[in-house]
Amino acid sequence: MSGEKGAVRRIRLAFGVTVLGAVGFAVTYSLGANTQLLGISLGVAFAGLAYGLAAWGRRLLPTGGYVEQKPELVAPPRRRDLLAEAMEGPESPLGRRGLVGMLLLGAGSIGVALLFPLRSLLSFRKPDPVTMLRHTAWDAGVRLVTPEGTPVRLTDIARGTIQIVVPEGHRRDGDVPAFLVRLDPERLRKEPGAGRVGDVVAYSLLCTHAGCPVALYEQTTARMLCPCHQSAFDLNRDAAPIAGPAARPLPGLPIEADADGFLRARGDFTSPPGAGFWSYP
Amino acid sequence: MITRRLYRALDARLGTTSAGRTALAKVFPDHWTFMFGEVAIYAFLALLLTGTYLTLFFDPSTADTVYDGAYQPLDGSTVSSAFASTVTLSFDVRAGLLIRQAHHWAALLFVAAIVVHLLRVFFTGAFRRPRELNWVVGVTMLTLALLNGFTGYSMPDDLLSGTGLRIIYSTVLSIPVVGSWIAMLAFGGEFPSDETAPRLYISHVLIVPAIFLALISLHLVMIIRQKHSQFPGPGRREHNVVGSRLWPAYAVRSLSLLTGVLAAVFTLGGLVQINPVWIYGPFHPAQATSPAQPDWYVAWGDGALRLFPPIEVHIAGHLVPAPFFPAVGLGTVTFLLLYAWPWLERWRTADKASHQILERPRDRPGRVAVGAYALTFFAVLLVTAADDILARLTGIPVTGILRTLQILVLVLPFAVAATAFVVARSLRAGTATTVGELTREDLHAGLTGSDELPEESRHPAERIRLWRNPDDTWRWCWHGPGDDLTSNEVFLDRAEALAAARTAFPGVSVEQDGPPEGVVLPPPRHEPGPATKAAAGLVWVAMAVLGRRADRRRSSPSEAPE
Repeated sequence: MSGEKGAVRRIRLAFGVTVLGAVGFAVTYSLGANTQLLGISLGVAFAGLAYGLAAWGRRLLPTGGYVEQKPELVAPPRRRDLLAEAMEGPESPLGRRGLVGMLLLGAGSIGVALLFPLRSLLSFRKPDPVTMLRHTAWDAGVRLVTPEGTPVRLTDIARGTIQIVVPEGHRRDGDVPAFLVRLDPERLRKEPGAGRVGDVVAYSLLCTHAGCPVALYEQTTARMLCPCHQSAFDLNRDAAPIAGPAARPLPGLPIEADADGFLRARGDFTSPPGAGFWSYP
Repeated sequence: MITRRLYRALDARLGTTSAGRTALAKVFPDHWTFMFGEVAIYAFLALLLTGTYLTLFFDPSTADTVYDGAYQPLDGSTVSSAFASTVTLSFDVRAGLLIRQAHHWAALLFVAAIVVHLLRVFFTGAFRRPRELNWVVGVTMLTLALLNGFTGYSMPDDLLSGTGLRIIYSTVLSIPVVGSWIAMLAFGGEFPSDETAPRLYISHVLIVPAIFLALISLHLVMIIRQKHSQFPGPGRREHNVVGSRLWPAYAVRSLSLLTGVLAAVFTLGGLVQINPVWIYGPFHPAQATSPAQPDWYVAWGDGALRLFPPIEVHIAGHLVPAPFFPAVGLGTVTFLLLYAWPWLERWRTADKASHQILERPRDRPGRVAVGAYALTFFAVLLVTAADDILARLTGIPVTGILRTLQILVLVLPFAVAATAFVVARSLRAGTATTVGELTREDLHAGLTGSDELPEESRHPAERIRLWRNPDDTWRWCWHGPGDDLTSNEVFLDRAEALAAARTAFPGVSVEQDGPPEGVVLPPPRHEPGPATKAAAGLVWVAMAVLGRRADRRRSSPSEAPE
C-alpha cells in the first residue's frame, strides 16, 4: 500500500521535526533563552509528536468497529440482602446502639473541639472584625500625607486634579486612602457632610460598592469614577452615587488646617469606607 | 523476549494479566466530543508540571524587598517579595517567563475544557442515571478549578490581582451575619493583610490540587466502572460500547492529544504575553489599573457586579450590601442549579431509568432551551465585564452601554432559548441533519409539533457469528444493518465468548461459523535465524576472552612483590 508508505514517511518526518525542536530548545536555552524562541521550539517539538501520533492512530491502526459488552451493574436482590446481613447481622458492632451513640458523640465532640483553633486564623491581638471594619487610622490631629509620606498643605491642592492622601504613619492600611479636591463653591449643590476647608474637601478613595480606589477624576463634571465597575460619584452633591452599582456616597473626611498650614484630620470618616457589611452602622 | 519476562514478573506479584487484558481491550466510543474531558486532564498535567517549576522560584510573602534584576524600570525599587520574585522569575530566571506564561495559558485552557466538557454532558443527557454521582464530582471540580484559577492569579501581588482580591474580599464581606468574620478569617485580617499571600499559596499549590487529584481519580474510576455512554447508532445498545480499543488506537490518539495540548500551551506561553504584572506594577491600596478585567472564567461574576443595580437592603438595622445579590447570590444559585440539574430534570420528565445511550441535543428541546438560556445569560455577563473597553472602542458613554446590557440580560436569554427550542423541535421533527438543511415544513412542525420522542425502530435483520480461530481462541462478530462489529477481546473458550455476545446483544441469535477471511492473528514467535545464532556465539566468545584478560590484569599486581 503506497498510502501506508506515505503515512509512515510523514510520521517519521514529524518525529524528526520533534528532535529538531528539542535540539532548538536546548540550544536556545544555552544561548540566553529568548522566550519566543523557547516557546516556538518546544511547541514545534510537541506539535511534531502530536501530528505524528495522530497520523499513526488514524492511518496505521485499526479504528472503530469493535464492541465491548457492558454487564449489568445492579446485583440480584438476594445478593444485596446478603450484603446487608453481613453488615448488620448478629456479629455486627452496629447492633450495640448505645455504644455506637456514645462513639458518635465522642468523635463529634473531638470534631467540634478541633474547630476552635480555626479562630487562630485571626490574630487575638487585633480587635474583632466589626470594630476593625468600622474604624480606620484617621483620628483627630492626624496629619494628611501623600502616599510617599510628604505632609500636605492647603496651598498644595491645585484646581483640576486630586491629591491622594493617607494618615501619617499608616501608609499601607487598606481602608485609609482618601483624596483632597478643590471644588467650585458656586456649583456646589449639597454642602459636604464632613465640612470643608475653604473650597477643599476630603473623601474616602474607596468605592462603596466593592472597595476599589475611585481614582479617575473628571474635572468638568466634578465626578469620581471607579475603574472596576464604573460607579460614578458626584462631588458637588456630597459624593452621592449617580451611576453604576454603588449605592452609598463616599464617606467624607473632616479636615482642618493647623497653625503651620498643614492639613490634619478632625476625626475618622463620616462612615466606614469601602464596601458595606452586615454590621454597617 | 524481555516484555514477556516483565509480564510474568508482574503477574507473579500482582496478578495483572487478566485486568491488563481487559484494560487493553477497553472500548472508547469514536466521537470527537468525548475528547474535552481528556483535554482538561492534560491541561491539568501541564499545570502540575509548570506549576512545580514556578514554586521553586516564587516567594509568597508581602515582606518588603528590593528588586534587583534585569527589568530596568523596577530595578532598585522596594516591592513585596511576592511581586519581586514574580518579576525575577519572569526576567532573571532562564525559561522562567515561558513556564510562567505557559502555566497561565494552561489554566485558561483547563477551565475552558472543563466547561465545554460539562456542556457536552449536559446537552447529551450523559448526567442521567447512573451517572449523577459523576456529574456531582465534575461540578465540584469546576468550582475548584475556578477557585484555584483565582488564587493563582492573585498571588503575584501586582496591582490587577490586588484589585481582584479586594473585590472578592468585599464580596465575602457582603454575606449577611457572618460575612465580616468569614472574610477576616480567610484573609487573616482587614484587607490587605500580610497573612493572605501564604494562605493563597498553600491553597493553590497543595490543598486544592490534592483534592482535585482525588476527584479526578474518583471521576475516572466511576467512568471505568460504568463504562462509557455512547451516541445512538447501528449496534449501539444499552449493554454494550461500540468504538475503538484502548490499545492500540486510543493509547496513540490520547498521547497525540496530550502532546497537542502541550504544544498549544508552550507555543502560547512563548509567543502571546499574558498577565504582564510588571506593566501593572506592584499593589498599592490607593491605586487601581484601568481598564481592569479578570480572567475569563471569573469575568461573569465581575460582569454581574457591574450590571446589578445599586440595591441595598436593610434588615432590622443591618445592611445587605449591593455585591451580595450579583456575586454571592448568583454564584450560589448557579452552582446549586448545576448540582441539582440531574434531579431537577428527573422530576420534570419522571424518567428514572438507567441510560447508556446518549441523546442528541434535539431530542430534548426543553433541555436545549434551558442550556441556551444559561449560555446567553452568562455570555451577556461576560460582555458586561468589558463594558469600559466597549465604551472606549465605540465612543458610547459607559452608562448607555450598561443600560443596554441590563435590558439584554433580561430579554436576550429568553429570545435565544425560544429560538433554540423551536430549532431543536424542527430538527427532531424532520429529516434535516444540520440547521442549514431545515425546510419550511420542518420549522412548521417545530412551531406546532408535539413533545413526543420518535419511536426507535428495531431491526430484525441482525445476527452474531461466533468462530474458532486457528490458534484455538474464540471471537464473535455482530452483523446488522449499517455496521459489522467485532468483539473487543479474544476469548479462551466458547462459553466465555458466547456469554459476552449475549450480554452485549441480548436476544440476538448466535450462530457458529468458520473464521472470516483475512482474520489477523498475532505473528508466530521468531526462532532466531542462523545469522543471529552466529552473532550471539561471537559475542559470547568475545565476552569470555575479555573477561579472562581482565582477571589476569587484576591478579598480576598482587603477584609482583613476590
